[in-house]
Amino acid sequence: MLNRISRSNKFSLIFTPFLFLTQPTLAAWYDINMTKGVTTVSNEVFDLHMLIFWVCVVIGIVVFGVMFYSMFAHSKKRNPNSATFHENTKLEIVWTIVPFLILVLMAIPASNTLMNIYKDVEGDINIQVVGYQWKWQYKYLEDDIDFFSNLKTDWDEIYNKTPKGEFYLQEVDEPVVIPVGKKVRFLITANDVIHSWWMPDFAIKQDAIPGFINTAWTVVDKPGTYRGKCTELCGKNHAFMPVVVRVVSDEDYKEWVSNKKAEAYRMAELTEKNWTVEELETRGEGVYQKNCIACHQTNGQGIPGIFPPLAGSDMVLNNKAKNIEILMEGAQGTAMQSFANQLSEVDMAAVITYTRLAWGNADDGNGEIVVPKDIVEYKKPKA
Amino acid sequence: MSAVIESHEQDHHHGPPKGITRWLYTTNHKDIGTLYLWLSFAMFLIGGAMALVIRAELFAPGMQIVEPEFYNQMLTLHGLIMVFGAVMPAFVGLANWQVPMQVGAPDMALPRMNNLSFWILPFAFIVLLSSLFMEGGAPNFGWTFYAPLSTTYAPPSVTFFIFSIHIMGASSIMGSINVIVTIMNMRAPGMTLMKMPLFVWSWLITAYLLIAVMPVLAGAVTMMLMDIHFGTSFFNAAGGGDPVLFQHIFWFFGHPEVYIMILPAFGITSHIIETFSRKQLFGYTSMVWAMTSIAILSFVVWAHHMFTVGMPLAAELFFMWATMLIAVPTGVKVFNWITTMFKGSISYETPMLFAIAFVVLFTIGGFSGLMLAITPADFQYHDTYFVVAHFHYVLVPGSIFAIMAGVYFWIPKWTGNMYDERLGRLHFWLSFISVNITFFPQHWVGLAGMPRRYPDYALQFADWNMVSTVGAFMFGASQILFLFIVLKTLMGGKKATAEVWESSRGLEWTLESPPPYHTFTTPPKVN
Repeated sequence: MLNRISRSNKFSLIFTPFLFLTQPTLAAWYDINMTKGVTTVSNEVFDLHMLIFWVCVVIGIVVFGVMFYSMFAHSKKRNPNSATFHENTKLEIVWTIVPFLILVLMAIPASNTLMNIYKDVEGDINIQVVGYQWKWQYKYLEDDIDFFSNLKTDWDEIYNKTPKGEFYLQEVDEPVVIPVGKKVRFLITANDVIHSWWMPDFAIKQDAIPGFINTAWTVVDKPGTYRGKCTELCGKNHAFMPVVVRVVSDEDYKEWVSNKKAEAYRMAELTEKNWTVEELETRGEGVYQKNCIACHQTNGQGIPGIFPPLAGSDMVLNNKAKNIEILMEGAQGTAMQSFANQLSEVDMAAVITYTRLAWGNADDGNGEIVVPKDIVEYKKPKA
Repeated sequence: MSAVIESHEQDHHHGPPKGITRWLYTTNHKDIGTLYLWLSFAMFLIGGAMALVIRAELFAPGMQIVEPEFYNQMLTLHGLIMVFGAVMPAFVGLANWQVPMQVGAPDMALPRMNNLSFWILPFAFIVLLSSLFMEGGAPNFGWTFYAPLSTTYAPPSVTFFIFSIHIMGASSIMGSINVIVTIMNMRAPGMTLMKMPLFVWSWLITAYLLIAVMPVLAGAVTMMLMDIHFGTSFFNAAGGGDPVLFQHIFWFFGHPEVYIMILPAFGITSHIIETFSRKQLFGYTSMVWAMTSIAILSFVVWAHHMFTVGMPLAAELFFMWATMLIAVPTGVKVFNWITTMFKGSISYETPMLFAIAFVVLFTIGGFSGLMLAITPADFQYHDTYFVVAHFHYVLVPGSIFAIMAGVYFWIPKWTGNMYDERLGRLHFWLSFISVNITFFPQHWVGLAGMPRRYPDYALQFADWNMVSTVGAFMFGASQILFLFIVLKTLMGGKKATAEVWESSRGLEWTLESPPPYHTFTTPPKVN
């Protein structure tokens, strides 16, 4: 059914609503219920959820049972003369106290689970999670690893131009990696607006709030790839910043750590290299696609009234120093944030160069480019 | 004072003036009630159309109808318009019509303020809706407008949104003062507080809630205004402010607000169930106490909307327990309604059908509310479609069904004509079935992990979203039938008697149908 929609034409869109009538596929349990997840806490939460659910079902059956009985037995036809009672103190006391006792019985396991979740201790591994419009940054505090995790799903899939893949909207270019069986603590915050980091399989949902650091911990016993989402409205691409966590064996984790460190070293070397304009432009286009198009759009026109255009902007055309400053510092009081910690010197230089040359800007402006050394220079403490 | 002057006019048998000025200058509680109800219905259709844009986009995975930016504007305006434009004015409209008639008063206590509190409202909504045509678009940060998305990162139209909220707040406060003064000072001789009809009681409590929390909302939006235009940093972390403070203030308004939208519904339902069960309401006193307890508790549970913001353990436990406690008085009300029906002699006219559906579906919303109160489970439910299903169950087949029940119940009194019973029942069944098709599957996609406020979603949620969209369009279409039924009743129909219903209780049924333009110029005596 899904594939049919993705290569949809208007015809199939009209008829798909009726498909569920002709295909009596029984919905799978996991399609309509909470996940049990893969941690002790998530299992406790699941049990709690099912417990309350069944308590509600039983109360519902009793209460609605009485109601439906009297709707049937005491209809005007069957019971032409109504009774006259209109109060009964004993009964009213009973149905105040009994629900109260049921609530107390429910509150006990709920409070216990909550206290377990709050037994927050140092993690074996501490990862800072930072929400950005619209991506996540992960910083491994012990290992000096730092990267961004962006949505991998292609925009063509989202706009129905190509078929949707299995993990549509649930895949990222670079997942968080954690080792199995270790206590991992997440320190969650945000850079711009409020986001919320949700990993259903760990039963962690913690708001990422600028100016606050919230913590959450987990111990995962089962290796695998787990998928979550952002759950606090954070602007237009709220639905497009998923969370993916890869849980691996201890050896694999160590190998991943050393690979990441080597990668960081190679990145530093690139800064020293002498870049040609073409190299910078090509690299810059990639950086632009990943970090800038959400607001400034592919054509550099922005969105009138909210996000200013880069094509033909006087600053981009003629003021190289201001151009660098805006990207490094952000623009106060607007959605334009500082990219100083998000982009390497190379990527920063590349993307500025790209915007200064693209969309006819090269012809209209002074065409000055920015090289990685300019950024290094900018970062040096000023005398 | 003006009540006295109007009763003088009554001696000359003045009817209402003709033409547009009747409505512009009116100080008559019935005319103002009518204006409120029509405004509410218009807003219900506009907000509903926005809901259909949302559902149409969610019909299938992928972006096909609107852009995410516009989608966010739709979900924001849908929420604001339904809460402030549809549900609240409808209850004020019903209060305007019914409170004076139910307490035996000639009019509301403050008729000129009544006129003002209505006539500023259309402007509030014109200001709000005009933001759709502004550069940068309408507010796009959700009806809860969490800072800093609604301050530093908001479109320029946020300023217009703030002023429109201020106007709505002023209108609500004036309306509430009017209701309280009317109830406190204009009851017929012999009508003690504990003899008041429950709709009057529910509105008395609601009016106090409104007066308590509307200024809080005004404070919140004013702080936003300061942050945006005057360089303060109430909610801006970079300036030493606190984004979580915004949520505490907002929900200190927001949680009583959700009871503001349900308490009058309790009142209406109580009248309808006792009338059609032909049996006096069971447990009147406990009904009053239950509503009072719910109102008081509503001030100490606000942070259950914020279990994931990172509060300390003690706060999480307190707000969990306090929230669970609300189930007790709410349970009492449901038990009372069912016991009223028990051994009654029940007939199933349209108002009763809506009232019974209210009891059942509101209780389902109550169950999911109880589940949401359980903090550890809320970590999984929070900000998913489970929450969307929960609050739509208490607001659509809750508040809105109760409003419709009230309209069917009282429209013969208002117009002097019976509505078309066959069409009324058809409207009920279409609404009842489609509302469940729309919102029940949202529990499932929510539990399975679909967050709210998403314009696009992963493939495993596709089937039930499609079902939900089909239900939503059915529900929307059914409401056109409602409009038709109301217009048909206005045009004519079987003449209604003074009592209208076989077993009607209360002062409003002692008046002829339709009631005279000025009611109870001599106060009735209540035993």
